[in-house]
Amino acid sequence: MSQSITAAHAPLLRIARREGATLPQKIAVRAGAILLALVVDALFIFFVTGLNPLAVYGVMWGGTFGTSVRFSWMLRDLSILLCVGIALAPAFKMRFWNCGGEGQILIGGLAAALIMVYQGNNLPAPALFAAMALGSIAAGALWGFVPAWFKSRWGTNETLFTLMMNYVATSIVACMTNIMRGQASSLGTLNKATKAGWFPIVLGQRYTINIIVVIVLTFLMYAYLKYSKQGYEISVVGESQNTARYAGINVRKVTIRTMLISGAVCGLCGFLIVAGKDQTISTTSAGGRGFTAIIVAWLAKFNTFYMALISFLLVFLERGASEIASAYSLNEYAADIITGVILFFILGSEFFINYRVILRGANKEGK
Amino acid sequence: MAQTEYAVQLNHVTKTFGPVVANRDVSLGVRSGEILALLGENGSGKTTLMNMIAGIYFPDEGEILVGGKEVTIRSPKDALELGIGMIHQHFKLVDVFTATENIALSMGHEEKFDLKRVHDRARAICEKYQFALDLDQKVYEMSVSQKQTLEIVKVLYRGADILILDEPTAVLTPQETERLFTVIRNMKADGKAVIIITHKLHEVLAISDRVAILRKGEYVGDIATADATEESLTEMMVGEKVELNIDRPAPVNPVKRLDIQHLSVRSPEGVTVLDDATFQVYGGEILGIAGISGNGQKELLEAIAGLQPVEPGTSIQFFSPDVVDPVQLVGKSPKAICEAGIHLSFVPEDRLGMGLVGSMGMTDNMMLKSYGKGHSPLVDRKAPHDLAATIKEELGVVTPDLNTPVSRLSGGNVQKVLVGRELAADPIVLMTAYAVRGLDINTSYTIYRLLNEQKKNGVAVLYVGEDLDVLLELCDRILVLCGGRVNGILDGRTATKEEVGLRMTQLIKEEQA
Repeated sequence: MSQSITAAHAPLLRIARREGATLPQKIAVRAGAILLALVVDALFIFFVTGLNPLAVYGVMWGGTFGTSVRFSWMLRDLSILLCVGIALAPAFKMRFWNCGGEGQILIGGLAAALIMVYQGNNLPAPALFAAMALGSIAAGALWGFVPAWFKSRWGTNETLFTLMMNYVATSIVACMTNIMRGQASSLGTLNKATKAGWFPIVLGQRYTINIIVVIVLTFLMYAYLKYSKQGYEISVVGESQNTARYAGINVRKVTIRTMLISGAVCGLCGFLIVAGKDQTISTTSAGGRGFTAIIVAWLAKFNTFYMALISFLLVFLERGASEIASAYSLNEYAADIITGVILFFILGSEFFINYRVILRGANKEGK
Repeated sequence: MAQTEYAVQLNHVTKTFGPVVANRDVSLGVRSGEILALLGENGSGKTTLMNMIAGIYFPDEGEILVGGKEVTIRSPKDALELGIGMIHQHFKLVDVFTATENIALSMGHEEKFDLKRVHDRARAICEKYQFALDLDQKVYEMSVSQKQTLEIVKVLYRGADILILDEPTAVLTPQETERLFTVIRNMKADGKAVIIITHKLHEVLAISDRVAILRKGEYVGDIATADATEESLTEMMVGEKVELNIDRPAPVNPVKRLDIQHLSVRSPEGVTVLDDATFQVYGGEILGIAGISGNGQKELLEAIAGLQPVEPGTSIQFFSPDVVDPVQLVGKSPKAICEAGIHLSFVPEDRLGMGLVGSMGMTDNMMLKSYGKGHSPLVDRKAPHDLAATIKEELGVVTPDLNTPVSRLSGGNVQKVLVGRELAADPIVLMTAYAVRGLDINTSYTIYRLLNEQKKNGVAVLYVGEDLDVLLELCDRILVLCGGRVNGILDGRTATKEEVGLRMTQLIKEEQA
C-alpha cells in the first residue's frame, strides 16, 4: 500500500544512466530514430508542401542511388569530407579545438593552385604533383602550427585563434585569385589548355585518385591513433595534461606536433580538391567542410572507419536535399528542413543509447 | 507506534544506478536529540542513502518518513522545507562573499532581504551552539574548517532540525575535529537529530549514541555506541574479523637516498607554498609527512618528481645504490629522471587526474610511464597486458576486463591499479600522497602491508597522510609541515597525536637542525 503511494508521488520522468547498451539495442534505437524522423518529415512534407512524402523520399534516395554517376559523385564528396574529418581527428582527440580546418584547406589548396599555375609548364607531371602535394601540406601545416605555438607558449584560446586564421586564409585566397585572374571576369578552370596539375582520369573519373588517397589515409590515421606511441601520447594529453606531465610527456611538443599533422592533412585535402575535383581555387573551395568534419570526427569518436559511415550519411542527406529542391522546384530551405530533421533525430538518439528514461511507477515491472 | 518517535526514518529503501545496486531494502531512523553514526566501507552506499534524504536522489523503492509522516523529497529545497540539511564533503559557497552574504543566499523567498537581520540571527545561532565564525569574513579567506562551520550555520539558519554531515572530519585537524564535536553535542542537547558519516572508528565511538552499519548497500544492523568496540564495528562492517594492527619493523641499515636542501616553491600566483625545507630520506624506512591539507605536501612530492619548478638555491640530491656520486634532480624533467635510471615511483593524490588516464583500461595505464621504451614507433601492448593481468591477480583488482576504463572502477580498485603499477617499476624511492584516502579498511591495510614490504626491501618510502593514528603507527619518522615550513621531524615511535596536531597548526619557534 505505502509503496504505491510513494510511486504516485514520484517525479513523472527520471533519467538514469545506461551502462553498456548491447549492439541490438543500439541498432534498435537508431533505427527507431530514423523511422521517427521519416514520420515527422512526412507530416512536414504533406502539410507544408502538399507533396506525397513517399515520392519525395524516393527522389531523395535517387540523389545518391539514382544513377551510377550520382553514386560516384557521392563517393567524390564523401572522400573530401572524410579527408577533413581524418585531419581533425588527432587534434580533437587531444582536446585541441581545431576550428580552423576551413582555413587550412584553403591555404593548402591555394599553394597547390599557385604551383600549378606558375610551374605547370616547367615541371614534368610527377615532379609537379610532388611539388603541389608538398606545397599544400607545408601551407596547411603552417596554418595549424601558428595557433598551436601560441597556445603552448602563451595559453591563447585555440578556438578563437583557429577561427580567425580562417578569415586570414579566405582573404589571402581572395587576393591571390584576383591577381591570378588578371583581366578575366573570374578565375575559371586553371591550366585549361595543358591540363597540367590535373589528376589523370582513372576508371573514368579524375577524382578516383582522391578516393584512393583518402582510403589509404583512413587506414593510416586509424593505425596512428590506435597503435603508435604518438597516438598514445595524444590520448593522454587529451585526457589530462597533468597526467601527461606526470608520465614525462612534453605537452608542448605533442600539441605542436599534432597540430602540424592536423593542418598538414587539411592542406593535403586542399590539394585533392584542386587537382582531383575542382581544378580551380576560390574562397568557397572548402565549402564549410572544415566545420562539418568536426561533427564527423566527434560522432565517430575518432574512429576513422565510423567517420566514413557518418560522412556517407551527411553527403547522402546533402545530395538528397538538393535533389528534392531541384525536382520539385522547392525552396532550398524546405529541403534543408527535411534533412535537418533526420540529422536531429539521429544525433538525439545518442542520448537514448547512453541514458534510460524511467516513467513514473515503471520500475515495478522493470525490476 | 514505535515509528513515530523517529525524526526521520527510511523504510525499505532501494536505489539502483544502472546494474549497480547502491542501496537494497535499507530501513533505519534517527531520533531527535540523537547522534547516529553511519558506518560502512567505501561503496557501501552511505552517501547515496543520505542523498535520498537530502533530496538529491529519489529512491526507486521504499518510503521516507519525517516526524512519522510519509513525505516526498524531490529536491534539496523540499528537504530543507522539511527541516533536513546536509553538509556535503564539497562546500557550496561563494568565495567572494562574506559569511553573512552566503547565509543570505539561502534565505527563503518570502523573507525580506535584510543583511543586518541575517547577521543578527546568524550571530544568535553561533552563540547558541558556540560556533567560532567571523560573520564578516570573506569565504576565500577562510580555512577549510571555517568554511565547514559556515555550511553548518547556513543549514541551521534555514531551520534544519535534522542534520546530515558527510565525512566532516576528513579535512580537519584533531583540534578542529574536537571543536566540531563540541558543536555537534550542543546541537544534540538542543534536540536536533544528527547523522554523521565517517569511517574513522575512534570518532564514531567518541561522538555517536548509536551506530548504523551498511555493507555492500545493505543494512547490517545498528548497535548502541556504548556496547561497541573498534573490533566489533569493523567486523560488522567488513563481515569478517580484521587484524587492526599495522606492522612496523625496525629500519634495517638505513642508507641515505635523498638529500633535500633549502627546497622552496612558489605558486604561479607568487605565493610561497614551500619555504626552505631541508630533510633527508633513507632507504629502509617510512618517512611520514603530516600537515593540514594544502600546506605544501603536494608541492614537496611534485618537486622531487620533477613536476614542480623550484626556487633558486634548492638542491635535491639522489643517492643511487649503484653509483657513488649523487645525482642532482633539480632541473630534471620526469622523463630525464626516468632516463637517468632513477627509479622514482610516485602515487599522486589525484589518482585519475594525474596518476592514471581515466578513459583508458588497465593495460593502457600500465604503459603510461614506459610506453616510450624502444625504438619502434608503435606501442607494445604485450608486456603491459601481462603486467595488468598480474596486478589484477595479486592485488585482487575487481574489473570486468583489463580494457575497461579505470574511471569506471571503484576508488579502491583505482588505487590498487596505480599502486600496483608504481611498485612494479621496482622503485628506489617511493612517494605516496594520501594513499588510503577514501579506501575501505581492507584495502587500506593491503596498502600498509605493501608499503612495509617495500620498506623491508630497502626502498625509501615517503608517506603523505592525513590520519594521524595511521601516521603514528606506520611511520619511522614524521615530518610535520605547517605553512610550507618543516615544523619539526619527530620519531614515529615516541611522538604523540597532540604533539603532531599542534605542530600542524602552529609554527614552533626553534631552529631546525
